[in-house]
Amino acid sequence: MANDNNFNKWNRRDLLKALGGIPIVGSVWFAGADLAGDAKREKQFLLETLNIKATPPPESGPMSGKPLRVGVIGFGIRGEQLCRALGFATNGWLKEMQEALNNNPKDTRLKDFKAQENLNIQLAGICDVFDIRAEDFVASFNRDGNKVKRFKTHTEMINSGEVDAVVIATPDHWHAPMSIEALNAGVHVYVEKPMTHNVSETYTLRDAVTNNPKAVFAVGHQHRQTQSFLTAQDVIRKNILGHVSLVQTNTNRNDDNGAWQYDIHELASPKTIDWDLFLGNAPKEDFNLEHFFRWRKWWAYGSGLSGDLLTHDYDRINCVLGMGIPRSVTASGGIYTHRDGRNVPDVLQVNMEFPDFSTGGSQEKGKEKGMTFVYSATLGNQFDRGTVLMGHDGSMDLGNRISVYADPRSTKYAELIKEQRIETDVPIYQYDPAVSGTDAVTSATAKYFANKGLLWTYRDGKRVDSTFLHLREWLSCIRNGGTPSCSIKEGFDEAISAHMAGLSYKLGRRIDWDSVEQKIITKPGEDLDAALLGNG
Amino acid sequence: MNTLNFSANQRFTLVLLRILIGWHFLYEGVIKAYNPSWTAKGYLLSASVFKPFFTWLAGDSLISSINMLNIAGLIAVGISLLLGLKVRWGCVAGILLLVFYYLAHPPFAGLPQGPSEGSYWVVNKNLIEIAALLVIYQFPLTATFGLENLFLKKNKTTVIN
Repeated sequence: MANDNNFNKWNRRDLLKALGGIPIVGSVWFAGADLAGDAKREKQFLLETLNIKATPPPESGPMSGKPLRVGVIGFGIRGEQLCRALGFATNGWLKEMQEALNNNPKDTRLKDFKAQENLNIQLAGICDVFDIRAEDFVASFNRDGNKVKRFKTHTEMINSGEVDAVVIATPDHWHAPMSIEALNAGVHVYVEKPMTHNVSETYTLRDAVTNNPKAVFAVGHQHRQTQSFLTAQDVIRKNILGHVSLVQTNTNRNDDNGAWQYDIHELASPKTIDWDLFLGNAPKEDFNLEHFFRWRKWWAYGSGLSGDLLTHDYDRINCVLGMGIPRSVTASGGIYTHRDGRNVPDVLQVNMEFPDFSTGGSQEKGKEKGMTFVYSATLGNQFDRGTVLMGHDGSMDLGNRISVYADPRSTKYAELIKEQRIETDVPIYQYDPAVSGTDAVTSATAKYFANKGLLWTYRDGKRVDSTFLHLREWLSCIRNGGTPSCSIKEGFDEAISAHMAGLSYKLGRRIDWDSVEQKIITKPGEDLDAALLGNG
Repeated sequence: MNTLNFSANQRFTLVLLRILIGWHFLYEGVIKAYNPSWTAKGYLLSASVFKPFFTWLAGDSLISSINMLNIAGLIAVGISLLLGLKVRWGCVAGILLLVFYYLAHPPFAGLPQGPSEGSYWVVNKNLIEIAALLVIYQFPLTATFGLENLFLKKNKTTVIN
């Protein structure tokens, strides 16, 4: 009873001292839950308002049936990468990756390669004017029931009846002639970008594709498989950005590899290289190792920033917006960072005008129409400027990740901004397919490509080489029918736009496109191909 | 030390410190508990020292347990300090959590600091909060303010006598 007596002694002060913490706990809990709930509701509201669908592209069809016999033309840096995407890695690469894995257990390149789906193909033939590379191909792949034959020329390979399809990864000046020859022989073609090296062959190649509907033609713009780009297409379809008046794309590199100063092989000599075959339709030139290994530096074989790298950015945007060939192009630049004898510019600015193009708008009708696509490049600085699509209502930062920001002066979001339901310095939408994983990027140039969505993409949260998906799509079209996502229409847009940029740089004037005649407007006596590829 | 010798102001100050720290812990826990997309993963992966350990914690197999433990820990410490219940246990748990936060991103010269609202060298707010919890551990003052009063009540007269 003593306890009871004590209990009776409790007064209000005692109770406050004992129980005073409870209302504080309640208040803090309520405040936290309320704020978190508000944030969640706001996020949900925004997502529902924007209604952006992050959908992967349809899977390409089955790889069943008889193994396809694929011939490879050109086994340099890109040729090797394409073969790996097809499931074939050289002995040298496998060894190098094993060493890399031993040094860094987190290096997943070997594991990723081994986990890749079998595409049910046979690498049946190889053509390379450099003996060492062709022999490496034969030594590495002539095994496990895969019988490889080396052909001296692509013509022999195409007409041998021993290949169903060819992968072309040669210097640019060989892309179209080889593609045309293969298509006319009924052989399927996967050709690297840029699709062509000059204006006239762009039309000849288009005719070859049209005249040979059974041969499947694909251009190697692998980013069309990148999931973020498909999500970006939905952002445009839903008119989230309003009228896009400016698209900013760029190349920023600051290393020799990025400026095409590739290694010169120690065993290269007139004995091991078929120099005349390398030259092909290019101007006659004495044997020159620099030209052979660093061909991207000369218009005779490559196409500089406009053909080599602008094409990536142009096609990335064309894939999202579908704006086609520009009405006009102006370009300027120079050789400012690598004055090493090259004749292609290493700093280049290109403006492409699309006066009739519109992504849709949110203001009164007739106020907005037209867009400029800017490509700005230097090989002497690697500050990451990002690809941005700039609309009246919002901006989209586009890479492997997507961030969409509302514009402070947007018409569409004016109310929501006023109500402070949208903050303009915080993305209103963000898409990151890699959110559950971290990636190892090995070099500055690799990082440059990865940020642009050119190296890999994600399927079900798993990292996949986008080149693998792109080749798989081409193989699926061969086996199951259909048209690749980057075929002749997309390739034609890409090639003509790039050539217009190259011509503008070379001729120092605006280059116009006649969309009715489907022709670049020329001045009397002007030879566009000579102007584009000449050494001037 | 007999806290009963403390002046009312001294007791008030110590209780206030306990309430503020409890408030901070509880709010941090609740805001995370009600945000389903919150995860400690980014914080752990960006750790500047003891990287393998924190990366291990952030791995797929552990991260959901780590998230849950962190939220439960924060809330439990908060409630303990605010209600004045098992305060010494609360202090130990709170210090443990703070030591983890401190070690993941210690404000040492030459290490990346990440976004923060101030400038720190060796001493940061986590370390100060650890010290404050050590004070609370020494002077829990649950008799001055806390649920434990209910249980202490029966001895109260004895204590005073």
